[in-house]
Amino acid sequence: MQEFLTEYLIYGLILFLFILGPYGMIFKKNLVKKLMSMNIMQVSVILFFLALGQKEGGTIPIDLPGLVGAPHYINPLPHTLMLTAIVVSLATLGVSLGLLLMIQKNYGTLEEDELLRRMNQ
Amino acid sequence: MKEQIPIIIVLAPLVAALLSPLLAYFSRKLVRGTGLLALLLSFFSAFYALKHVLLEGTWSYSFGNWAPPWGIVYVIDVLGGTLAVLIATLSFLILVYAGEFFRDEKWLKEGGSYGLFLLIVAGLLGMSLTGDIFNLYVFFEISSLATYGLIATGGYRAVVASFKYLVLGTMGISFYLLGVGYLYALTGTLNMLDLAERIQPLLDSPAVVLAFGLMTVGLILKMAQFPLHGWLPDAHTFAPPPLSALMSGIVIKVPAYILFRIYFTIIGVGAGPLPQILQVLGVIAALGIIMASLLAIGQREFKRMLAYSSVAQIGYVVLGISLGNTWGLIGALLHMINHAFMKGCLFFVAGGYIYKTGEYSLEKLKGVYRQMPLTMGSFSIAALSMIGVPPLAGFFSKWYLILGSLEAALWPYVVVIILSSLLNLIYFFRVIENIYMQKTEKAQVTTWEKPELPWSMLIPILVLSLGIIVLGLSNEQIVTQVLQYALPGGGY
Repeated sequence: MQEFLTEYLIYGLILFLFILGPYGMIFKKNLVKKLMSMNIMQVSVILFFLALGQKEGGTIPIDLPGLVGAPHYINPLPHTLMLTAIVVSLATLGVSLGLLLMIQKNYGTLEEDELLRRMNQ
Repeated sequence: MKEQIPIIIVLAPLVAALLSPLLAYFSRKLVRGTGLLALLLSFFSAFYALKHVLLEGTWSYSFGNWAPPWGIVYVIDVLGGTLAVLIATLSFLILVYAGEFFRDEKWLKEGGSYGLFLLIVAGLLGMSLTGDIFNLYVFFEISSLATYGLIATGGYRAVVASFKYLVLGTMGISFYLLGVGYLYALTGTLNMLDLAERIQPLLDSPAVVLAFGLMTVGLILKMAQFPLHGWLPDAHTFAPPPLSALMSGIVIKVPAYILFRIYFTIIGVGAGPLPQILQVLGVIAALGIIMASLLAIGQREFKRMLAYSSVAQIGYVVLGISLGNTWGLIGALLHMINHAFMKGCLFFVAGGYIYKTGEYSLEKLKGVYRQMPLTMGSFSIAALSMIGVPPLAGFFSKWYLILGSLEAALWPYVVVIILSSLLNLIYFFRVIENIYMQKTEKAQVTTWEKPELPWSMLIPILVLSLGIIVLGLSNEQIVTQVLQYALPGGGY
């Protein structure tokens, strides 16, 4: 059971999120929903890295008295890398929300089909 | 101080970028001067680094003295050094040109434009020097986010184009990051040279093929190679002209350089899944060249035509990489340099024309050579070079690509290269005919007032067109003294 959860199900769920992202970007008409789908896709990549760092029986990677040696702590490197990736994702979100504010101000709509109609007038 | 040169190349534009909004509050000249000074410093450092690497071999600079593979390193070899010099040169010229376009009454907008531009350059320089695949992702995102912001300053439609670019670009780089994750899972390291050693026994496993496939797809999207080029035409058309020049000249070239790194430094020449990957890549590149050139013929707007032309030209670079032999790789690298100059000059001319007349379409170009002779002369030089007329620069990169295709006995690619030169000729000569041989409309100005454009715009145009001639005449020196050493031990 544990093997199924840790070696197959987690990656299955990550794959589901990774496909859900582009699905939302293509099929949803609202620009904010497209943005959220993009964020879902980024989060799935972050989860992938984190799933790599887990160890059976490992605890948080802070030096605890009495626990010596690498097998007792989970790998902190993927967590560090993903902190960077989360910050990048946050900055992207900030820029894109600024762009959406400008689109709302200029065109008055955030729905893709209405936006295209108003742009081409 | 001399040992710190690798970091100065990236640090100078980065610090100037962060200071730009602050300096703009005090004085506009100060912010422009700081930006130009930073790029000049970066250029000299990159030039010194390239000379050092040509004489003494690869330069490895570890951050904080943490030795690789635990620490992050900058590994400057001939290829990275050449690209850094190219980026620094072209961005300096573009910043000189951009003075009129970035000018605004609001100090925050002007300082912000300079700051974002310098951030883009800092990110690109970092990408070309780094030796760590995750550090590459970080610099790529620095550069991309600044690009999304700066494109949006171009007007109403530019904001929508920038949003489209943002969503697609982030999707692309997420694919790349997933590939990095796979490689980290397989080998436990992120350093490129260490990865090259550790991945060798694993090269036939499906996980490795998937990892490199994911990275390739992500980079194809960021490069705007044919099937995934959808974001490029809108982004180039509506962005401010200096930014279009930077994007076409440099920003879409650096992912091609990253592909080169992944295929020939990490995987190694001819190893593992590489021949099949390169075969598929070659077909995609060839299709892209033809389709994008055909699409460019159908355009009626000046910058949009140049944008589709860029999609075709990046196909040449990918074609050269996919050939894999010496001539093909030299052709790809030389085309990176040549196209940066040629497309830079073309976008400068387009920007100058928009600045002077306020018109965007090709139809209104009739007879404009009377009003802007120097500018249109530079356009003609750049256009002839794009078509591939010797002794201008464009001819030689196509020549090397054809030699590479002949050596690999891939005749369809020879046909594709020659056919696309003819297609280039169609759409460029249509513009040249409009400029020189059509009568002007009644209401248009026909006198030449010097200077026809502000000097800050005219001088980079002339420098670039002169550079095209010089690059063409001196291509043999460039190939034998610099590019030859950038190849991975000779190719197969």
